Amino acid sequence: MEAVHFDNVRYSYREEGGEYAVNGVTLTVREGEFVAVLGRNGSGKSTLAKLINALLEPTSGTVTVFGMDTLDEKKTFEIRKNAGMVFQNPDNQTVASIVEDDVAFGPENIGLPREEIGKRIDFALKAVGMEQFRHATPSRLSGGQKQRIAIAGVLAILPKIMILDESTAMLDPKGRREVMEVVRRLNKEQGMTVILITHFMEEALQADRAIVMHNGEVVMDGAPEEIFARSEELESYNLTLPRAAYICKKLQEAGMSVGNAFTAEELAEEICGSLQKG
Amino acid sequence: MRIVAKGLKYVYNPKSPFASTALDGVDIEIKEGEFFGIIGHTGSGKSTFVQHLNALLKVSEGYLKIGEYDLAEKKCNFLELRSKVGMVFQYPEYQLFAETVEKDVAFGLKNFRKELNEEETRAAVKEALETVGLDWNAVKDASPFELSGGQKRRVAIAGVIVTKPEILILDEPAAGLDPLGKKELMELLHSIHGGWCKTIVIVSHDMDEIAENCTRAAVFSAGKVVMEGKPSEIFSRADELLSLGLDIPVTAKCARILQSRGIKIGTDFTCDDFVKQVLALRGKGGERDDE
Repeated sequence: MEAVHFDNVRYSYREEGGEYAVNGVTLTVREGEFVAVLGRNGSGKSTLAKLINALLEPTSGTVTVFGMDTLDEKKTFEIRKNAGMVFQNPDNQTVASIVEDDVAFGPENIGLPREEIGKRIDFALKAVGMEQFRHATPSRLSGGQKQRIAIAGVLAILPKIMILDESTAMLDPKGRREVMEVVRRLNKEQGMTVILITHFMEEALQADRAIVMHNGEVVMDGAPEEIFARSEELESYNLTLPRAAYICKKLQEAGMSVGNAFTAEELAEEICGSLQKG
Repeated sequence: MRIVAKGLKYVYNPKSPFASTALDGVDIEIKEGEFFGIIGHTGSGKSTFVQHLNALLKVSEGYLKIGEYDLAEKKCNFLELRSKVGMVFQYPEYQLFAETVEKDVAFGLKNFRKELNEEETRAAVKEALETVGLDWNAVKDASPFELSGGQKRRVAIAGVIVTKPEILILDEPAAGLDPLGKKELMELLHSIHGGWCKTIVIVSHDMDEIAENCTRAAVFSAGKVVMEGKPSEIFSRADELLSLGLDIPVTAKCARILQSRGIKIGTDFTCDDFVKQVLALRGKGGERDDE
């Protein structure tokens, strides 16, 4: 099933048009897919994300979420229930002084009964591994913990799609790992459709599919390994290879017979194999 | 100017139920001319420490001297110190405020160097903007908010280096930038290191960045410095770093796996050196230690 569909979508931040931040994007994301969106600063990634849950309306073309047109105002509420969004700065996404109240904010807004909200909080906090912090104060949590609370807040409305807009950018490596683990688990175990915008090439490797945006257009689309095998093209869009892939490429260029590797583990495997062959 | 801290302690909300010890006896020495890295996970005390360096936090216990400035001394000339120890915060572009780039960069300078006339101020601002790689004529009258993310960050850095600080401290300078932006920013820091600013101190979560750029680094954990040395020394203690919940560079991860397979590789953990060392092993047929 199509979770998100873009049909020749353009978006301009200027009223009179011109300078399209998203420029003629046609794209389908299937339910259950884990898609990473890459691209330099200003390439249109965040605009693309905001078009999905009707925070922005396309200047031309159509965006549908599970068949619902984002231009149809009657559907806006339903679309946002289905497509939850987590932003970059955890501090800007906290609305309450107690974790459970913060997570309850979404379900309260969609008018759920009290008992149901309680259940949703239990489920969401458990899903992100934060159930022991139910009565904690968000401001006293670490960045990774706060971001997991933000994810829980989105989960509590039971969306089918989760959009993360550079949600790990401000976190330390541990916080980043925590968030990525939660996201991966939601995708694998609950079939959540995930759209992950990131500058970390290593994170893109965890996705099923990677999309590269440049000047508002989708210029590459494929399995992350396929994308990273086209390193020159990638560099022309101001992106770099994951470091392990970069080292691997250098070894290949020096004439060492190593196969493509994208992670430290794969690289070690290739080097081992090559050295032992002699 | 050399930075020396001994037994530096700091407690937030002391004598209250919320008291929390952020620094628990920090001993560190950062020599003039270093490109120093500070590593540690959230809450390890690294930000509290760097905030001491230009006296945003005052020394409450212990010893901290930067060059001739004794920061534990009440009579210390903090204004002068702050013009010599520049601080660039995380996401510094959020602090831009003036209508034009020129006014924004001039703001700090005017506060520190009141004796400068308009012409001198303008010349200094121009030099700072050109140093961070911006075209003076193109940006001077522009609103800082119209610039791209990478350009904004450069303007913010120009606003700090315009006083020609001897020591420049940057908290996560490359966070949130795209890969090329990161690379360019690190190149910028190297270009001002040694000349414009003698010493550079960066706080970073990116271990690859530390391995590639720093002369030495310190690892903070629970308010103390638990490791200090060259990146090659620090990252050869991968197991300790991992047990502290920290990451290690990709090169170190790879070297660690190779080592477990009996392939020993000596490297400084930069990508280029790692490639060189692997290529050197070739031909030896992945010779094992015991052979």
